[in-house]
Amino acid sequence: MSKIDYGRAAKYFLLLDFLKGFKLGFKYFFAPKSTLNYPHEKGYLSSRFRGEHALRRYPNGEERCIACKLCEAVCPAQAITIDAEPREDGSRRTTRYDIDMTKCIYCGFCQEACPVDAIVEGPNFEFSTETREELFYDKTKLLENGDRWEAEIARNLELDAPYR
Amino acid sequence: MYEFFTNTYFGIFLFILGQCLAVTVCVLISLAFLMYADRKIWAAVQMRKGPNVVGAFGLLQSFADFLKYIVKEVVIPAGADKPVFLLAPLLAFILPVISWAVIPFNDGWVISNLNVAILYVFAIGSLEVYGVIMGGWASNSKYPFLGSLRSAAQMISYEVSIGFIIVGIILSTGSMNFGDIVRAQDGNFGLFNWYWLPHFPMVFLFFISALAETNRPPFDLPEAEAELVAGYQVEYSSTPFLLFMIGELMAVWLMCALMTLLFFGGWLSPIPGISDGILWFLVKMFMVFFMFAMVKAIVPRYRYDQLMRIGWKIFLPLSLAWVVIVGLFAQYGLFAGAYARWTVGG
Repeated sequence: MSKIDYGRAAKYFLLLDFLKGFKLGFKYFFAPKSTLNYPHEKGYLSSRFRGEHALRRYPNGEERCIACKLCEAVCPAQAITIDAEPREDGSRRTTRYDIDMTKCIYCGFCQEACPVDAIVEGPNFEFSTETREELFYDKTKLLENGDRWEAEIARNLELDAPYR
Repeated sequence: MYEFFTNTYFGIFLFILGQCLAVTVCVLISLAFLMYADRKIWAAVQMRKGPNVVGAFGLLQSFADFLKYIVKEVVIPAGADKPVFLLAPLLAFILPVISWAVIPFNDGWVISNLNVAILYVFAIGSLEVYGVIMGGWASNSKYPFLGSLRSAAQMISYEVSIGFIIVGIILSTGSMNFGDIVRAQDGNFGLFNWYWLPHFPMVFLFFISALAETNRPPFDLPEAEAELVAGYQVEYSSTPFLLFMIGELMAVWLMCALMTLLFFGGWLSPIPGISDGILWFLVKMFMVFFMFAMVKAIVPRYRYDQLMRIGWKIFLPLSLAWVVIVGLFAQYGLFAGAYARWTVGG
């Protein structure tokens, strides 16, 4: 017959574990809450945060993308589709730049690959839509994003520049 | 007018109907805020804020949930036994409601002053398991069935020890009427006259058994989501699901009332000299409910065999032994008659 551990039995019957748990629970009951009231309060975002894509422009309004298709090549999810032909002034520009945001895995390789900092992943993460089709971004949408988020994107790139 | 309500049969009927409505509505409204309190307490222990959007501080959250449940579609599975499937939530809701008929909220504030009130509540409590079993069986699905089987075994196991604890109280009081039980706890020493002191270990046994009896965590095995998804509630949606939820919470609230009446002196004031009243009853009930909510927040769920072991190997012998001890104490009037209150008045 095995020996009875009286200490353990006493602990069990006096509900010591429960009392300890209650004390701890009560302590945290009054602890400051870590909840953020999300739509009103937002958490900290790193300057390297990879959110919604954007196509940037030069300060003179000219789009940066030169249709080198490096991003299309590097994209592991094959979410990017690019068509290009020379413009009237002879410079090579895209005629089509589509990103399927439902395929995209937000790895940031396109941003890394881009030689002219044209395609970037901005700080915006609130771009949910009601239909799937709205997530098939085209060139106009991406350029619009670039115009809308330029200030934040430029600041983030500047902050990250020393580490590159 | 007064004559009409006290002397004619129809008048008495209307009067009782009015009382029933008043109690039911008050209890249901209190449940809405209890649900909110439950979630808030639980959230606070986990360092969350809990519901805080609907109404001031989220106070109207339960009403929003209520609306949501009402307007959703009732899905009845193809293989379900339809009448039983729909009867089960009704039963789960109605049984806890009718128990409130014998709960005195203040001295004499009771719909039905039964002399076997405690047996009545106990009998209704035993029937509550039918709602769960019928729900699980009629769903014609595996998880609900397993959940309801567990629930049956669990509720029966813990009813036994609750029954013995209640026997101890009845022995001490010499009456099964809640009013008498509370009046027997009246005395010159305020809260030290209450039954929690002479029946001290049984307070905890009763509390834990009440947790198991109402399927509250840590004994929410019938609906253990990690094992059974949601147990007997799996196939339920919309209003039937709401009825299950309300029924469950109302059973919890009823257990709070029972603990208050049996061990914490009902409407009696804890400090001698301060007047008794319904306020004390509500405060005590809420304090017990707070414990229910805290236990939910801090204790992990028990394994099924642990639950059964505690029920049959620890609670049953302990409560049985306690009945014998109380019987001896009462018979020989030990401890200044603390265990034989009918001899010292009350």
